[in-house]
Amino acid sequence: MHWNSLSDFLAMGEHGLYVWGAFGMTALVMLLETWLTLRRQRAVRQRLARQLAAAMRENAQENAREKTGESGQGDAA
Amino acid sequence: MLRVIGSVVARDLRLAWRRPADAYSVLFFFMLVASLFPLGVGPETEVLRRLAPGVIWVGALLATMLSLPRMFAEDFHDGALEQLALTPYPLGLLVLGKTLAHWLVSGLPLALIAPLLGLQFDLPPDALAMLAFSTLVGAPTLSGIGAIGAALTLGLRGGGVLLSLLVLPLYIPVLIFGAGAVDASIAGTGAQAHLFLLAALTVGALAFAPWAAAAALRIALE
Amino acid sequence: MQFAHLYKFAAPAAFYPLAGRLIPWFWGLAALFGAIGLWLGLFVAPADFQQGQGYRIIFVHVGASWMSMFLYVVMAFWAAIGLAFNTRLSGMMASALAPTGALFAFISLWTGAFWGKPMWGAWWVWDARLTSELFLFFLYIGFIALTRAIDDPRRADRAGAVLALAGVINIPIIYFSVKWWNTLHQGASVSLTKSPSMAAVMLWGMLFCALAMWMYAIAISLIRARGIILERERHADWVKALLTEAAGGH
Repeated sequence: MHWNSLSDFLAMGEHGLYVWGAFGMTALVMLLETWLTLRRQRAVRQRLARQLAAAMRENAQENAREKTGESGQGDAA
Repeated sequence: MLRVIGSVVARDLRLAWRRPADAYSVLFFFMLVASLFPLGVGPETEVLRRLAPGVIWVGALLATMLSLPRMFAEDFHDGALEQLALTPYPLGLLVLGKTLAHWLVSGLPLALIAPLLGLQFDLPPDALAMLAFSTLVGAPTLSGIGAIGAALTLGLRGGGVLLSLLVLPLYIPVLIFGAGAVDASIAGTGAQAHLFLLAALTVGALAFAPWAAAAALRIALE
Repeated sequence: MQFAHLYKFAAPAAFYPLAGRLIPWFWGLAALFGAIGLWLGLFVAPADFQQGQGYRIIFVHVGASWMSMFLYVVMAFWAAIGLAFNTRLSGMMASALAPTGALFAFISLWTGAFWGKPMWGAWWVWDARLTSELFLFFLYIGFIALTRAIDDPRRADRAGAVLALAGVINIPIIYFSVKWWNTLHQGASVSLTKSPSMAAVMLWGMLFCALAMWMYAIAISLIRARGIILERERHADWVKALLTEAAGGH
């Protein structure tokens, strides 16, 4: 370990701006990508689940209508 | 095999002949782009002479790129492309024919007019000849790689901008060796190495690119 | 026998849960390697006698550059598999990898610029490596733009595959032509990675940082691939079962 203090570490021998600018941007875009990807994945799942639930409700209603309307054929099916 | 390629070339040339405005507009675009640069950087002969090879070559790349979407679009819309794909000949050969036709319609005129633009930039006679020659040798690569891009973007919305995004990065080696050949002839260091590499690129592009373009066409036709 | 086993996971229905189980492991490895690499790079490795402390940028720069090149090759590999064997998963993997590859190309350019300013005195120098990295970035952008412009996912995958293969053949040609152009137009300058004698600890630090980025790339592209699979297979029975199960569980 060759840093005497925190400020010494942050100064990076006069190159602090460049070193931390590079490390900072790397961390930033990697975190941003992670966040955006996870958010997108969750959104896709929720949207598909909603669509599926709506489709299933519609199906159930249709089935119910068919049963009450024409009981004979509904039984055969 | 040569007969198949020849008939495709002849057909495309006939079509281009019937509508010469397409080829003209590409040429005028090329001249216009090259004429804009002196207005941007100032009329000092020294500066212009230094910039000329790069500027004219970049102009040639852009002009070629603008002419690419037409390579397959019409045949695609009127169904001729589908019929070409159904012929017993390998689609790659037919695409090679179309690539050569594109070179004759767009690359050859560019090569003929490039020395004229070079004059505006006060290039010496040797460099003018080299400009024409390097454009002539390099243009088939531009048509070949361009055919892949044109086939991939066939029928897509915003195809033109997309095409430039796909094709221009792949044009870099041609630009480097083409403009380098002219630079070398101005500097008197001999342009042979550049020309050999340019020729190698052209051979490689003509050997491989038509098959990739044919694969892309099949995907577009599905 | 083993190959038949592997082949099973080429089906999205089997790959989806497998990827879900693997992702936490890759996150863990990324964190572990990243911690070791940063510790070695920021605390253990001594200052460079020529470049002072500024050289420490290479610990992120080199890994990002490697990954940006490596991911393009992996992408082209999946593209080739997809074209040759017509497997659905390969195209999904290729389009899941592209944004991460572009991201690493961007990191490489950014950190290269931040290294160049103190060392060369300019944010951007037309150095052969930086220039080729820039065009690699454009190749990624072209791939992403093409696959996003095509609505039919099958066509998008196959068109992207042709482009990725054309790109991977061209990358070495572009690199060598740019290098040649560079040597013609300017003398050799200080290189970003070629320190005359790089201490072993620096090399290890670099290696661990690169490994961390590799694991990160796998984790993030698996997550993205899972999203793509769900969307494309939304009419498959297993996806419906998965979605209703999740809804019932809450």
